[in-house]
Amino acid sequence: MKFAGTDSYIATDDLMLAVNSAMVLGRPLLVKGEPGTGKTMLAEEVARALGKELFQWHIKSTTKAQQGLYEYDAVSRLRDSQLGDPRVHDIANYIVKGKLWEAFESERQAVLLIDEVDKADIEFPNDLLRELDRMEFYVYETQQLVQAKNRPIIIITSNNEKELPDAFLRRCFFHYIRFPDKQTLEQIVNVHYPEIARELMKEALEVFYGVREIPGLKKKPSTSELLDWLKILMAEQIPAEALRLGKKERLIPPLHGALLKNEQDVQLFHPPSRRAGSGY
Amino acid sequence: MLIDFFLSLKRAKVPVTLNEFLTLLEALEKRLVFGSAEDFYYLARLCMVKDETHYDKFDRVFMEYFRGVTDPTAELAGEIPEEWLRKLTERFLSDAEKEQIKAMGGLDKLLETLKKRLAEQKERHQGGSKWIGTGGTSPFGAYGYNPEGIRIGQAESRHKRAVKVWDKREFRDLDDSVELGTRNLKLALRRLRHFAREGAEQELDLPCTIRATANNAGYLDLKMVPERHNKVKVLLFLDVGGSMDPHVEACEQLFSAARSEFKHLEYFYFHNCVYEGVWRDNRRRFDEHLPTLEVIRQYGPDYKLIMVGDAMMGPYEILWPGGSVEHHNQEPGATWLKRLLDHYQHAVWLNPAPQREWKYTRSVATINELMETRMYPLTIDGISQAIQLLNK
Repeated sequence: MKFAGTDSYIATDDLMLAVNSAMVLGRPLLVKGEPGTGKTMLAEEVARALGKELFQWHIKSTTKAQQGLYEYDAVSRLRDSQLGDPRVHDIANYIVKGKLWEAFESERQAVLLIDEVDKADIEFPNDLLRELDRMEFYVYETQQLVQAKNRPIIIITSNNEKELPDAFLRRCFFHYIRFPDKQTLEQIVNVHYPEIARELMKEALEVFYGVREIPGLKKKPSTSELLDWLKILMAEQIPAEALRLGKKERLIPPLHGALLKNEQDVQLFHPPSRRAGSGY
Repeated sequence: MLIDFFLSLKRAKVPVTLNEFLTLLEALEKRLVFGSAEDFYYLARLCMVKDETHYDKFDRVFMEYFRGVTDPTAELAGEIPEEWLRKLTERFLSDAEKEQIKAMGGLDKLLETLKKRLAEQKERHQGGSKWIGTGGTSPFGAYGYNPEGIRIGQAESRHKRAVKVWDKREFRDLDDSVELGTRNLKLALRRLRHFAREGAEQELDLPCTIRATANNAGYLDLKMVPERHNKVKVLLFLDVGGSMDPHVEACEQLFSAARSEFKHLEYFYFHNCVYEGVWRDNRRRFDEHLPTLEVIRQYGPDYKLIMVGDAMMGPYEILWPGGSVEHHNQEPGATWLKRLLDHYQHAVWLNPAPQREWKYTRSVATINELMETRMYPLTIDGISQAIQLLNK
């Protein structure tokens, strides 16, 4: 079984190769890239394309590696013991399975997404080495070894906020999703908004790449922002000419809120009011 | 196999390990890619490079190592006996077609095209050396009979296209020495963290509570701990004005990142070199001086000192009394810098000027000497190194 993109996700050749290699060799695939280039989407689409179940583990700054395996709910056991609940005698009643366990347990090979691994504490990836390598872990409370029935396809995303430890990286395949070129981007837009007028798309893409190339931009808009912007452009029925007008003088594009997420970035453009002479 | 390639990667400081190399060989053995240089490039990168900052180095090594390596299939095609081809073509071509061939530049040209075409076809079939048989369609059938087919030979060779991928070196920007954004900076600074629990006890300490409750024969005994805070204390000395003007942006970014990252951050400005006074507010720099001794007294040696400046000035500004360009200083800058360094064990100097320019100004070397070579460029990489040193 091979992954070749889906009807709603355009995968480049190198990305397909990365996913397929990770599948064949049973290694986790670490995906990095600018925000909004479809890192998280990848896992969803892989699962959809291959008809596999998807387990998503979203990492926060407080997430511990242990939580992905299992948690021992000591507080409810404590409460039960004080209330005299008979459940209290079996510790297994208080073991709460984590996402990794669920994925290991799945009867058919599953896809496991570990989203934004860099958000967690710096030691987090180190705590998962054995689990990702051997696909097994030990539950101390019940003295039980959990082994993956089928090695899940593991996709890990990172936004580069922290450097990941070498030992962890060595166990992964690494793929950096480049920002798509114009041609790929056109394909992506077409997949999402097939009914968009050619003219509008052409102008919008030009404005979009123009915005990305402005020096000093704090947060470059990415694919997901472009898609949002196109959506409201279409909803507001902005004509293509409106986009063409402002390009030369670096006027702020219409409905810029979807593209520019930083106040200082907006300042880099001329507000249209100044040109009309009624500005401040 | 490919061991030289692996070693060249190592030489180029791409952090690869034997394990990763073996993974690549395993992948090749499983025939994940075959017969395409481009796919091989992607696969090798996937297996051996674990950070996009190393992509460029990898590209360069790859380019160097595989330069001149053409597709093996091209050679195979060259081995087809020419007379044999000629004979076959002649046999199968009708007179009318031969006329057409002539119009296209003669039989030799056709054969040339044909060979090229064969090379391409081979790639797609990916068979062994028996490609003619296993290919199913006789290449001559496909092309010899049909003059249309000959024209297809203009497509770019696969190998060439593949070369472009690494020749483009698209990841050049991602090398470690890129300009900083505040986000990156904050991350670099974040490594300078010292977590400690201090102050009011506000959090439930679950493990401790469980232990205490067990000791308490099962009756709840709640234990609290204070929250974790970043305890690190930082003193930031920033050079302003004069030669620092071109670096304002970088310093601003560093400053704003440091301000949001460290709770205990004190900052002061100086010009070119530190003397007996520093100031907090640049607008009032001439009337609101704070004695440097006061700073030393007020902020203990547990503070970490970060000096930021290009260290480019006249040597007398550091070494002689009265050398300052702005006022008359009783003691030379070097003495004051020494005093700071004696007090603050953990100190670094960040220099926003590009490292390759340092050697052209003597004062940079002088300051670096005073700092005991703890001067780093103001890049992500430089800051990371500096922070590592501060953490020691």
